Amino acid sequence: MKLQDTDFALFRLPLQHGLERAALDARWRELQAQVHPDRFASEGASAQRVAMQWAVRVNEAYQRLKDPVRRAAYLCALRGVPVDAERNTAMPPAFLVQQMAWREALDGAGDLADVERLGRDVARSELKLLAQLTASLDTDDDIAAAAAQVRALMFVQRFRQDVERRLDLLDTTR
Amino acid sequence: MALLQISEPGQAPDPHQRRVAVGIDLGTTHSLVAAVRHGVAECLPDAQGRKLLPSAVRYLEAGDRQIGFDALAAQADDAANTLVSVKRFMGRALADVPGAERLPYEFVDRPGMLAIRTRQGEKSPVEASAEILATLRQRAEDTFDADLFGAVITVPAYFDDAQRQATKDAAQLAGLNVLRLISEPTAAAVAYGLDNASEGLYAVYDLGGGTFDISLLRLQRGVFEVVATGGDAALGGDDIDHALADWALAQAGTAALTPHDKRVALVAARAAKEALSSGEHATWQAVFSDRTLTVPVTRAQLEALAHPLLTRTLAAVRKVLRDAQLTRDEVQGVVMVGGATRMPLVRTLVSELFQRQVLTNVNPDEVVALGAAIQAHALAGNAPGSELLLLDVIALSLGLETMGGLVERVIERNTTIPAAQAQEFTTYQDGQTAMAIHVVQGERDLVSECRSLARFELRGIPPMVAGAARIRVTFQVDADGLLSVSARETGSGVEASVVVKPSYGLGDEQIAQMLKDGFTHAEGDMAARSLREAQLDAKRMVLATRSALAADGALLSSEERVVIDALLADTERIAQSAEAHAIEAAVQVLAEGTEAFAAARMNQGIRQALAGRTLDQI
Repeated sequence: MKLQDTDFALFRLPLQHGLERAALDARWRELQAQVHPDRFASEGASAQRVAMQWAVRVNEAYQRLKDPVRRAAYLCALRGVPVDAERNTAMPPAFLVQQMAWREALDGAGDLADVERLGRDVARSELKLLAQLTASLDTDDDIAAAAAQVRALMFVQRFRQDVERRLDLLDTTR
Repeated sequence: MALLQISEPGQAPDPHQRRVAVGIDLGTTHSLVAAVRHGVAECLPDAQGRKLLPSAVRYLEAGDRQIGFDALAAQADDAANTLVSVKRFMGRALADVPGAERLPYEFVDRPGMLAIRTRQGEKSPVEASAEILATLRQRAEDTFDADLFGAVITVPAYFDDAQRQATKDAAQLAGLNVLRLISEPTAAAVAYGLDNASEGLYAVYDLGGGTFDISLLRLQRGVFEVVATGGDAALGGDDIDHALADWALAQAGTAALTPHDKRVALVAARAAKEALSSGEHATWQAVFSDRTLTVPVTRAQLEALAHPLLTRTLAAVRKVLRDAQLTRDEVQGVVMVGGATRMPLVRTLVSELFQRQVLTNVNPDEVVALGAAIQAHALAGNAPGSELLLLDVIALSLGLETMGGLVERVIERNTTIPAAQAQEFTTYQDGQTAMAIHVVQGERDLVSECRSLARFELRGIPPMVAGAARIRVTFQVDADGLLSVSARETGSGVEASVVVKPSYGLGDEQIAQMLKDGFTHAEGDMAARSLREAQLDAKRMVLATRSALAADGALLSSEERVVIDALLADTERIAQSAEAHAIEAAVQVLAEGTEAFAAARMNQGIRQALAGRTLDQI
């Protein structure tokens, strides 16, 4: 077991997109129980430094693995097709039309209930896209398609954050 | 919960060698110190049997100070020189403190953190906090008749980097070895969870004198994992006092003008508020310098005043649930912490929100200190075999300023700590040889709406066309929630780094100077103390290394073993001397010389963990 191992190797998970969240969480707690600096509090500075490195590495892997979009992007890169979202912004027209419709809906949303309804819509589409993404990676072995789906999902996630921000705003002023 | 003392071979601390470690709740209105004694965590009382220490410091004539109850008693008569609720000013500039004009202090606006002018000169909130911490440290040392090994100090989960750093500085000033800063709701969850053998998802609603935190935690076999946290670092019971005082003054058709009268109005409001926790009617009675004011107040009136403030806490609770992507039905229990949760309205509103009766079977004043004591006990190595592990998160996102005054977030809020994250940036002008790096904390997109933590520059970048340089900025947040940032141009290897010291800048030298100036009274001989600490440190390090060798010596080649044995012998020999610096240097050399061994042991530990997991599954 090395710091440089892949996230999947570190967590002893098969190199695939589908995973059971509860198993991931349990493995993470197990690893932290072994490497957290507090476990070595009375063992001197060198153990502290090493423990810190490991704890950071385990948390980094956990943050990446638990987010299905980041996990997929990581898998694409491991399998030779980096997502490269900054340079590659082409999206299918239908997707863009939906994005615009959502934006308009958010701008026109009058109250908390409107925004919450929109939030549920977005969450549903996100789930559907995620299921397609898992299929591209785990069944169809179509990494290029998966990379495109990751880019689309990044848009959806960004929009969901905007929805949440609006919710926060409406919630604190109600 | 009774913790069995199980000693491993080579570690065997006999009871006399046990390290005294305490938990300290440094609160806005009062503070406590607790320790695990005979396997049970308890708050330590003063000589009069009082556990709470009012967080009040009065600066007297001739350099003397009063701390705690004596200071509190004088808060109206000597308002300008009696500092209370200084926690609200920790790591804060004057502009950050709303309603400062209602307080009876002469504020001094300093960059980064304000100060207060007293008859003993300008005092920073860090210094006043250190007085309180030193008092509690003295109480613990008297109780155990021994020096303290260290302390776990609690901070609101929503404290930002500047506030955490200020708290740590105060502890250092008070001569405390800080084992860890932990979040108040997390500490409360530890004490509550262990006491009630709770498992599952819990919410901790912590409304103190000056701060509000809401944390969601998953409790599982000694592991306390914070799922999400939120709150408001400037919202607490004090604000309700202010609202009530303002209302009562308006009713009386007057205003409080002198420091004395301002403080009297607040004290009267607090007394009325507390009376209304059990009764329906109370009287706000303020004895001003020239007259006495009396205004009757009902519980309904108080609740109408408190309601807008409490609504803000409820919005924060809903936000945390959204952040965690959890619903209120999944929460198995809501633990109420902080003196302000004694108000019946608080309990009603939070119960309504969660659709379940909140848990009030803890002492809301003591539970945070008790949890901190349990963690301190474990960190001091007094509870080998304990499964206790706290996995906390940062409450506020960390980022960098980019073009146009926008924030690029590097570490998102609710990321488990310790954490590190690197991001690449580039130059925007041809031939640019330096880059200014501005570190900010907060959730907003505009730099101007976030908190500025630090600025530094990466210089000596080789001239290149715009966009060609690759500047990698790495953020690292340690287990105390404190940030350090480094930047490196990856082509040339030019580097710059800062430990983020908030701009009020209590440097190590300044702290040393303050200590030398006899800050902590009756400190005695500093040199003797530092020698004793160095010797203790060396002894600990030697002991730890020997027990590591006994357990995992097989990982070393015979050559490596010879080197470490020699380092051990050196350290032991030098530890006999009276040269604190030489001893510290020897400990440092031993630490560096055993680093590779420590890494090998850690690798082995992880392999064993994974092997154990496989066995479970079979």
